[in-house]
Amino acid sequence: MRELGGGPGGGPALGIEGLHKSFGKLEVLLGIDLVLHQHEVMCLIGASGSGKSTLLRCVNLLEPIDAGRIVVEGEEITAPGVDVNRIRRRIGIVFQAFNLFPHMSVLDNVTLGPRKALRKPRATAEAEATALLERFGLADKRLDFPDRLSGGQQQRVAIVRALAMSPDLLLLDEVTSALDPELIAEVLAVIRELAAGGMTMLIATHEMGFARDIANRVCFLDAGRILEEGTPAEIFGAPREERTRRFLQRIVEAGRL
Amino acid sequence: MSAYRGGPLDPGDLVSLRGPRGPRLVGERTALRSTLVALVSTVVFFGLVGWIIVSSPGWPAVQRSFLNAEVFGKSFPAIVRSFWVNIQLFLIAEVLILALGLVIAVCRSLPGPVFFPIRFLATVFVDVFRALPGVLVIYILGFGIPGLGLAGIPIDPFFYAVVALTLIYSAYVSEVYRAGIESVHPSQEAAARSLGLSRFQALRHVILPQAIRRVIPPLLNDFIGLQKDTVLVSYIGVVEIFRQSYIKQAGNFNFTPYMATALVFIVVTIPLARLTDWLIARDKRRQAAGRVR
Repeated sequence: MRELGGGPGGGPALGIEGLHKSFGKLEVLLGIDLVLHQHEVMCLIGASGSGKSTLLRCVNLLEPIDAGRIVVEGEEITAPGVDVNRIRRRIGIVFQAFNLFPHMSVLDNVTLGPRKALRKPRATAEAEATALLERFGLADKRLDFPDRLSGGQQQRVAIVRALAMSPDLLLLDEVTSALDPELIAEVLAVIRELAAGGMTMLIATHEMGFARDIANRVCFLDAGRILEEGTPAEIFGAPREERTRRFLQRIVEAGRL
Repeated sequence: MSAYRGGPLDPGDLVSLRGPRGPRLVGERTALRSTLVALVSTVVFFGLVGWIIVSSPGWPAVQRSFLNAEVFGKSFPAIVRSFWVNIQLFLIAEVLILALGLVIAVCRSLPGPVFFPIRFLATVFVDVFRALPGVLVIYILGFGIPGLGLAGIPIDPFFYAVVALTLIYSAYVSEVYRAGIESVHPSQEAAARSLGLSRFQALRHVILPQAIRRVIPPLLNDFIGLQKDTVLVSYIGVVEIFRQSYIKQAGNFNFTPYMATALVFIVVTIPLARLTDWLIARDKRRQAAGRVR
């Protein structure tokens, strides 16, 4: 696939081609093709179970794929023999349930990756982590344990933890779905700031208003396929597909758009 | 139970007073009253049991052969000194068990077909040493291995005592560790691996610290068992507390040395048991408060 780039360093930030994934007999992804360019923000929308989370987990190599290939900046990361640890250091992921390490302080949560995976000295890692925490208004929480933080703070720490690895690509998996409504805004503000800073992001979300504001492109996933792809204006303003229209209609009726 | 405000207690009140939450829910006067009830019933119960024993026809003979103050005084110092052997056994074996048990637990938790042989061997180890009565393992190792007569092989029974206890208890302890490892949610490993940590790093820095914290009470429970099972090695000729009490019993034609040994174990084991219960209760409180640390 020529447009995904011929070798490391070239090509788009992320290219996915013919991706299939099943869990036993359950087929979750049935041929996903997708290209994400540098500094682009793409939102994946669709009903629960449409395959958004699985797609993100596949890109982070947390799930082995059944067919197809995933190419990051010209390097095929799903090729056999690829060092998954090296790939994951370049691709950050933030989970719906935060998944912070409960036995570590905020600072240790953020520095674990840089210290162990990147082998940075503790002092360097902590200085960088402190700067990041300061940037996102979490400096005073650096010595707290996760159970002392609100859900919104925990999710911001999780984002900082991913950023501490200086990833080329950030995957966000419904990062506000586990939050109380009044805590959603602070997390979305962080993501907006990252987008403004040029971070390349692939975002699975149920926050349609947010997706409309932040995304360069929106993909509507339905039953394991990308049914429709376009700019936010196209998808939210004039969806071509009947299923997209019905999905958005339900969202509007639920008062979420 | 509704708040008690004086007046006669009904049976429902008494039942709930025995519950762990009782005293916190009821007034101070009721708490005092429940303490008194408990005290009186305890005194009556044990008084009755004591009276039955003391008034039994064989009591004078039993008292002479089990509770002889003179024999106790003569044998107690030697018994306490021999207990030092049990303590050494216990401490050395405990360190080895904690290490070997962890290695086996990790081996059994390795995923994927590549590690099948290691998983298989670890499983066989656990199955075999949990199936065999401890005394048999001690006999077979303690008499069998030195019996081979191989050059350079230790002949000290203490050595085989440590080895046997380590093998037996590592099997049990590895299962405790494994339960702890499996109690850590897979999303924790996913989070660690997503940062680029290797499988081993994720285990070392994320999974094991959480797993071990959770299994400290059951581990202590196993060590209470180990503390007592150190007497089993007396069968292969280690002169520890139980062997010593046998020697003193034979020398005095009196069973009082066994009572002295029992006393030593009670004094040493009960604090450990209380500590274990306290840790379990503390974990429960923390879980109830949503704290996982």
